[in-house]
Order: sequence, then C-alpha cells, then structure tokens
Amino acid sequence: MGKHVLLIEDEENIAEAIRFILVRDGWQVTHLAEGGGAARRAAELMPDLVILDHMLPGASGLEILAALRAQAKTALLPVLMLTARGQPRDREAAERAGANRFMAKPFANADILAEVRAMTGTAGPESGPENGLGNGPGGQG
Amino acid sequence: MPFNVLVLACLAYVIFLFSVAFLVERRAMAGRLGWLRSPLVYTLSLSIYCTAWTFYGAVGYAARSGLEFLTIYFGPTLVFVGWWWVLRKLVRIGRQHRVTSIADLISSRFGKSNLLGVIVTVMAVVATTPYIALQLQSVVLSFGVFASATPDGFTPPDAEQTAIWVAAGLAVFTTIFGTRNLDAKEQHHGIVTAIAVEAVVKLVALLAVGIFVVWGLAGGIGATLERIDASGLAAWDMQPGRWTGLLFLSAAAVICLPRMFQVLVVENSDEGHLATASWAFPAYLLAMSLFIVPIAVIGLDRLPEGANPDMFVLTLPLSEGQGGLAMLAFLGGFSSATSMVIVEAIALATMVSNHIVMPVWLWLRPAVAMSADLRGVVLNARRLSIGAVLAMGYGYYHLSGGSAALAAIGLIAFVGVAQFLPAMIAGIFWRGATRIGAALGLVTGFVVWAYALFLPSFGPDAVYSAQFLAEGPMAIGWLRPQALFGVEAMDPLTHALFWSLMLNATAFFIGSVLTFPGPVERLQGAAFVNVFDDQATDPRRWSHGQAEPEQLLVMAQRILGDDAAQSLFEAAAQAQGKSDSLLPDPTPEFLSDLERRLSGSVGAATAHAMISQLVGGATVSVEDLMAVASESAQMMEYSAQLEAQREKLSRTAGALREANEKLTRLSVQKDTFLSQISHELRTPMTSIRAFSEILTEGDLPPGMVTKSGRVIQDEAKRLTRLLDDLLDLSVLENGKVSLSISLANLREMIDRAIQAAEQVKPERGFTFHRDLAAENIFLRTDADRLTQVLINLISNARKYCDAKHPEIRITIRIKAGRAVIDVADNGKGIPKDAQSTIFEKFTRLPNESRAKGAGLGLAICREIVVNLGGTIAYLPGQGGAAFRVSLPLRLEAKAA
Amino acid sequence: MKRPRRPMFLARDPYRRRRLRDAARLLPVFGAFLMILPVLWSPPDAAPRVTSGDVVYFFLIWLMLVLAAAGFAPGLSAGEDAGKDEDD
Repeated sequence: MGKHVLLIEDEENIAEAIRFILVRDGWQVTHLAEGGGAARRAAELMPDLVILDHMLPGASGLEILAALRAQAKTALLPVLMLTARGQPRDREAAERAGANRFMAKPFANADILAEVRAMTGTAGPESGPENGLGNGPGGQG
Repeated sequence: MPFNVLVLACLAYVIFLFSVAFLVERRAMAGRLGWLRSPLVYTLSLSIYCTAWTFYGAVGYAARSGLEFLTIYFGPTLVFVGWWWVLRKLVRIGRQHRVTSIADLISSRFGKSNLLGVIVTVMAVVATTPYIALQLQSVVLSFGVFASATPDGFTPPDAEQTAIWVAAGLAVFTTIFGTRNLDAKEQHHGIVTAIAVEAVVKLVALLAVGIFVVWGLAGGIGATLERIDASGLAAWDMQPGRWTGLLFLSAAAVICLPRMFQVLVVENSDEGHLATASWAFPAYLLAMSLFIVPIAVIGLDRLPEGANPDMFVLTLPLSEGQGGLAMLAFLGGFSSATSMVIVEAIALATMVSNHIVMPVWLWLRPAVAMSADLRGVVLNARRLSIGAVLAMGYGYYHLSGGSAALAAIGLIAFVGVAQFLPAMIAGIFWRGATRIGAALGLVTGFVVWAYALFLPSFGPDAVYSAQFLAEGPMAIGWLRPQALFGVEAMDPLTHALFWSLMLNATAFFIGSVLTFPGPVERLQGAAFVNVFDDQATDPRRWSHGQAEPEQLLVMAQRILGDDAAQSLFEAAAQAQGKSDSLLPDPTPEFLSDLERRLSGSVGAATAHAMISQLVGGATVSVEDLMAVASESAQMMEYSAQLEAQREKLSRTAGALREANEKLTRLSVQKDTFLSQISHELRTPMTSIRAFSEILTEGDLPPGMVTKSGRVIQDEAKRLTRLLDDLLDLSVLENGKVSLSISLANLREMIDRAIQAAEQVKPERGFTFHRDLAAENIFLRTDADRLTQVLINLISNARKYCDAKHPEIRITIRIKAGRAVIDVADNGKGIPKDAQSTIFEKFTRLPNESRAKGAGLGLAICREIVVNLGGTIAYLPGQGGAAFRVSLPLRLEAKAA
Repeated sequence: MKRPRRPMFLARDPYRRRRLRDAARLLPVFGAFLMILPVLWSPPDAAPRVTSGDVVYFFLIWLMLVLAAAGFAPGLSAGEDAGKDEDD
C-alpha cells in the first residue's frame, strides 16, 4: 500500500496539481482545505509526510506546525512547508517553527516529487514520472 | 354681516396661516430659507409683544386712563434702543449655550440647577396662564360683538364653545408646527413666519381703522387734536409713581415674558438681526399706538354711553357701516390673540417638558435613558405640555367666567414675570450671584406678588375676604395685602411691583453674598458674565473623559437624530486632526461642545446629567477647580494664552500621533507589501506552472487536458485582474486618472452595481432596502467610477455578511450640496481594531475565509472617491458593516 | 506721505466705533429721561395740561429715538464683525 501524504492547502488548483502528481507516483493523498483542526486530523491519520501551506484560513501554517510539534504523537512527523512569500525571513520563520523542508511557490513538479521522496526516505523512483501512472509507489524501502 | 361669513373668513385665515407655516417648514427642511431668516421676519415676530390685550385693550386703556397706555410701549422701546446693554448679551449667551427658555437660562447660569428651572417654570405657568385666558376671552368677546351687531338677529354663539374651539385649534396648530423637530436651534421657522404674517395683519388692521377714524370721521389731524382736547381724555392726570413704575415694568416684561424670550433669544438665527430690530421694533410699536388715542376719543364721542371701550376698534367701524373694515379689525385682533397663545404655549411647554417632565421621567427610569429613542419621549412630553398649557388657559377662562377681572390680568402677569429680572440681569452681569440667592429671590418675589397682587385680583371675597383685605391676616395691620409694612395710599399695582421686586432683589442679594457657589456654578457664572471674551477663556467643564466615543455617538444619535449626530462627530474628529475616523477623542472641548448641542434639545441640566452618566461620576476635575481658583484677570489672560497654545499644540500632537501611528502601521505594511504582492502573484503562477508541466508530459487520463487548460486559463485571468487592479490603484494614487464626467442618475448606477455584484455568492438571497425616490437624483460625476465603488461595497457586503437573513440597506441623503450614500449590511460588522486599516492595500479581515481578490477593493474605492472629490469612511455603531460615501453633487472638472 | 496715512486711518476707525458704542449706551438713558420729563414739568395740581400737546411731544421723542437707533445700528453691527477691540 502506498505511503500516505497529508496535504494542507487552501488554493484548490494548487492542491489539485499536487494531488495529481503524487497520486500518479503511487502516493495516497488526503487533502485539507483549511487550517482549523489540521493538527488533530494529522494525529488521527498519522501520515508519512505533511505538506503544509504557509497562508491558510482558520489557522496559519506556522500555527499548525507549532501545534504538530507540541503534541507528542506528531512531534517528529516530517513537514514540508510551502510558501508563496519568497523572502528569506519566511524561510527562517518556518525552520524555526520546526519545518523539515521548505519550498517556494511556484515549484517544478519534479522538484516537489523529489523532495517528498527524499523526506520519506524513499529511494529514487523505480519508474520515471512519465510512466508512473497507476504504478505502485516507487519503492517500499 | 352674517355671522357665518365671519366664521368662514376666520377659517380661511387659519388655513392660510397653516399653509404659510407648512410651506416654510418645507423650505426649511430643504435648507432654502433665504429671506425667511431676515431681520425683517425677526422684527415682525417680536410683535407678539402686542397681544389682543394691546390690540383691543389699548384703546380701552386710553379711554380710561389717558396717555398712560404709552408706558406699555415706552419700556420695550428703551430696552431695544439700548440693545447694546442687555439684549446683545442675552442673545449671545442664548446662542452660545443653546438656551431653550428663560427657565433654562436661569437654571443653566446657576450651575445647571434643575431646582431653579422648576421654580421659574412654575412661576411662568402661574403668571401667564391667566394671560392666555385673556386672549381666549378677547376672541370670544369680538365674536360676540359681531353676533350682536347682526341685523338678521343671529343668536350669539355660546361663549364657552367659542373658547373651546379656539383653544383646541391653537393646540393643534402649535403641536403640529411647534414639535416637528427637537433641536431648539433648528426649530419653528414655520411658526415664526406665520407670526410675522400675523404681525403685518394686525398692524395693517389697526392702521386702517385709525386712518378711517382720523380722516374719515374726525376730519384730519388738526381736527383730531382739537377733539382730543375737548374729550374726557384730556382730564387724565399723570401719576408720577405709576408712570415711572409702568415704564420700568414694561421694560422688564419685554425680556422676561416667556414668549418674548422665545422669539427674542431662542428663535434668533443671527445676532445681526438684533441691530435691525433695535430700531425697527420700536418703530413697529410706534405705528401700532399711533391711532390709539384718536380711536378712543372718537369712540367715546360717537358711540352710545356705556359701550365697552375695549371693543372700540371693532364697534366703531361697525356702527359706521364699514363691515369690511370691521372684518379686517377682527382678523387683526384674532391674529394678536392667536400668535401670542401659540408662542406662549411653545415657550411654556418647552420649560415644562425640559424641567419637569423629562427629569421626572429620567429619574423614574434611569436605565431607559441610555437605551430608548429619547427623541420620541421628548417630543411627546412637549406635545403633552402644549395641550396642558392650553387646557389650563381654557380652564382659567372657564373658572373666571370671562369676568371683567381678566382685563387687569395683563399688567398683573407683567409683574409676575418681572420677578425673573433680578436673577436674570444679575446672572449675566454679576459673577457673585449664586443659586441659593436666586432661588430665595425668585420665591420671595413670587410669594409677595401672589399675596399682594395676584390673589387680590380675583376681587373681594373671591380668595380674600373684604375684612382680610382691609385689616390684614389676623388683623395684623402691616401685613395688609395692598398696604404692606404700612405703605398706604399707593396704587395697588405700583405697590405690589415695588415690594415684590424690592424684597426679591434683597433676598437675592443677601442670599448670594452669604453663600458660596459650587464649582459648576462658578464656571457657568464666568462663562455667562464674560461671554464676550475670547473663546479660549471659556471654562472647560469636562475633564478627560473616560467615555467611549462610540457610546457617546449612540446617545447623541438618539437625541439629535442619526444625521445631525454623525456630522457633529465627524466635524469634531476632523478638528482634532483625525482624517479617517468618524469618532473624535472624548476631549473636554468635545464633551462641552456635545453637551451644548444636547442642551439645545433637552435643556442644560438634563444634558449635563446624561453626559455625566457616560463619562463617569466625576463631573468636575481638579483641573477645573484650579481654573476656578485662579480668577484674577492677569491669570485669566495668561492662562488664556497658554490655553490657546496648549490647544494648538495638542491639536498638532494629535495629528502627529496619528501620523506616527499610521507610519508605523505603514512601515509594517510596506514591509509585508512585498511579501503580499509576491504571494498574490505567486499563487496563481504556481497553479499555472504545475498544470502546464503536467500538460507537457502527455499520456494523461481523459479530461485532464481540458481541466488543466481551464485551470491555466482561470489563473491567468486572476493574474490579469490583479495586475489591472494594481495599475488602476497606482494611476488613482498618483492622481493621473482621467475622469469622464457626465450627468448620471444615481438610481441607475445603484441598479447596475447590484446586478454586477450578484455574481458574488449568487446562492445567498439578499434583501435590499432602498429608497428609490431618494435615489432618483442626478449627479455630475464619473458614473463608471462611482458604479465601480458601489459594486465593490455591495460585493463586500455579499462576501462578508454572515447574517442568517442577509440584508443590505442603501440610503441616500443630500446635505450641503453633497450626496451621502450609506451602504450597510446586517452582519457582525468589522472589529474595532481593524476599522482603521481596512482602506489600506492588501488588507483582509483576520480569520475570514479566503475570498477571491487581493484585498485591493477598498483601497481602490477610497482612491476613486478621493478623485471624485469625496470621502469614504467606515460608519461605526450601525449594527453591521456600514460604509459612507460622500460626494459633491456636481463635480467640477479640474482645470488641469 | 503715503506711509503714515494707513495706520492713522486704522486707529481712527476703532476710535469712532467706541464712541458710537458710548452713544448707543447713552441713548436709552436719554430716552428714559425724556419720557419721564412730563412728570416734572406739570405737577398734578397745576393748571390742566394740554393733552394734544402731550401726544405730539411723546410721539416726537419716540420717533427721534427710533431714528437715532436706526442711525447707530449699522455702525454697531458692522463694528462687531470687524472689531476684537471690546473694551469691557
């Protein structure tokens, strides 16, 4: 069974794109469009990775990150932070709050895939993204 | 002349007056008073001094006592000719402190003491109710004259019924036009103009009768003078005491009578009018009395023995067969009576409602004072009081049975109201006058007046027994009502005048010298006595308030009405250097100003009490007390300078503080501006990039190509829109926008805007409240730009209004050449701390679900409105989110 | 000669205004005196007075007061706008 990614992103179209890329690569994706209650959902689902947008309605990305790190169960969950505000200050703030990785929008589809794989400790893709449709995950470790 | 013709003429005349008052009120509402606020109308309105008592009674007075009637006119002449002494100061104080009545003046001067207000009100009601009865009697009598003169043997109308009809009719007229709006300063234009018309009617009537008598009956001026010397009138002798006393009395009455104070001070719309009235009013009096003596002499000569000289003005033309002239004279008398009753009723009703009804009501239900719409209560109190005053007048007439005793009541009322003179004059010239002194003096004078003049006037055995009058109470000789302290052989009127004023002034003086005034009293005393000094020395009555400006606004709206209150607050906020906010800081200056405005509606004492409730118990601060303590002229002057500087400094500081706060906010915003613009640009770019990469990969599931294409298209549109908005904003901000100005209908713009905004949350059914008639105006402006603003405001309301049954209310008002457009919804509004930033770029409300748009809407709105020569502001305290756009009706193209 | 004229003119104006106010203050006192004067000139028990003469006298002084007040009024109200030189 594919590894599980929790995607927290309010921009519908961006979420759609990420989901498409990951699902094609064999990932199971759960999407939340709001920040409210996201940390609790994460504890329930216990995904392998959280992709977290910076600006969200309900609660900001940094707040959710802090909440994740504060509860024991999710304290060590790998978190990939996405932001559309490209200033170094934002990257620092995200890292201080405990984000494992940080990506600026817009991103290349290949980059985000590579990042997700790297963060979950998955080795290089068994199959290229081009023919990955419907395949299992790139590798089970 | 048939009696019904008379009734018909009367009715026609009344309808005419109604229409005059109505039309003028309409013009006043539209703000187009023009010549109706001229010194001429002011002077003519003062003529209510000449009541039916003078119109009919002066001739009778002359027939009985020769030229003594002249004193009644000489006193006012001296007061007006000497306006620089007293009237000027009274009018200035009245305007500056928004005095609503003579009771309010005295109450306000002596520390806003409601006790004094009540005393003066009671005295005024007691002294002038019989006077109102006298007017009713004169109308009834004049009806009777016509009825008995009808050849067809028409039965004389029932006197009681006539009086009832007249009183009721007057009550209706006074209630309709006397209680339309609340603020005393914006009131009664209709009534004042109607009274001015009546003044012309009575003058023309009396002059016409006089000319007829002198040239028609007597045969010219020379012949008239000869007949004067030949008549019984020549035998009159001048009693020096009475002559001087009456001269003084009428001078006092002209400023103390409640109705005179009403037209002279309260209804004064421009101090400059007083200068004209200073000679024009004496001239009017002169014209009114010019033919009194000839009419009296010829009447005595021609009419049968025993004819009532009080009715000569009517009976003389009637007996000579001049029906038309008699009719004119009748209308003149009718005018004199009605105008007096109307104004007297308004003046008394204002006092009764402000000093008795309202305080009692507020005391009974203090909680309601802050929550209910007080305007209705005040207006109803006033309407009730008008009804009560007229009912009392009628009741007095009924009880006295229209007896001859009434005829003397005019002068008796004069003496009664003259009791206000010491408190009033000393109040505006002597800072040592105190509340206790004033109360003592007023009560003493009132008691002496009632004891020595008013009660005896009912005739022997009515109130006093003949024995009581002759020997005094319990045979104490020096307490005889008409020979107090053993002063005999004095004319009763002069006697009462002398003693009442003498004892009144003495009690007042002793009381004042022995007591120490409270702080508010001393501040008010200084403000009244030094009313002509520079504004800077005007004592501050409020220390730094703890009141929330929003609460104050809510209260002010309830009393002054939404519109007036909002513009007052807006002006104050601007004066404090706050450009964006509608709410001023509750500085002492602002609180004093607000209190004055409120006191114009509900009286000084009540206004003070209401503001203290909001500001908190401490009405007078240490600062205020120190201001009182340092009274020496030098200190005052020095502190005045300091004060002026301090004021200027604090204004500058206020502006600086605001600028600084704004800068700090701006720098944070400027800092985040780049992040924000980056965010707004990157977000759509992200989708575009991701989907276009997907597209290039090929081998896509069915539908994915179309979907990707649609997303790319949508996001590209969004980017374009954002860039458009940014460009639009930068053009607007730099003032380089080119407006296409044309004449356009506001309703059409609103229609268009509502339609365009429908695409925002189309599933939400909004109820719109509009006033289509008010919207139907043409503005000279850039219609597309204005529509853009309206679309933005309505879309915002659609986006953010969270009410279950969402409503949008659009109201239009025209004020001082500007259209004021309010767009309000019934949602939860905008939190207070966000109100000051919503017009900045990229501002979105915290915790709002992400709405499409970059937070530029209101920023663009503001820039557009500024370019259209107007202002836009958030309107707090309206229950939901509300925005006010104010625009010039006609925007002149800038000469670039 | 042009320079000193301007201040002279300015100084004269307020001066005149003040004297006008003095006159306006005095007018009612003067009027009251004229109105009470007949009391003095014919004590009640002297020869019968000529009433028509009284009538003419009273109306004449009345008219004179009105005219005087009308003459003062424009200057007084104009002075009020221009003048901050209130002296009491």
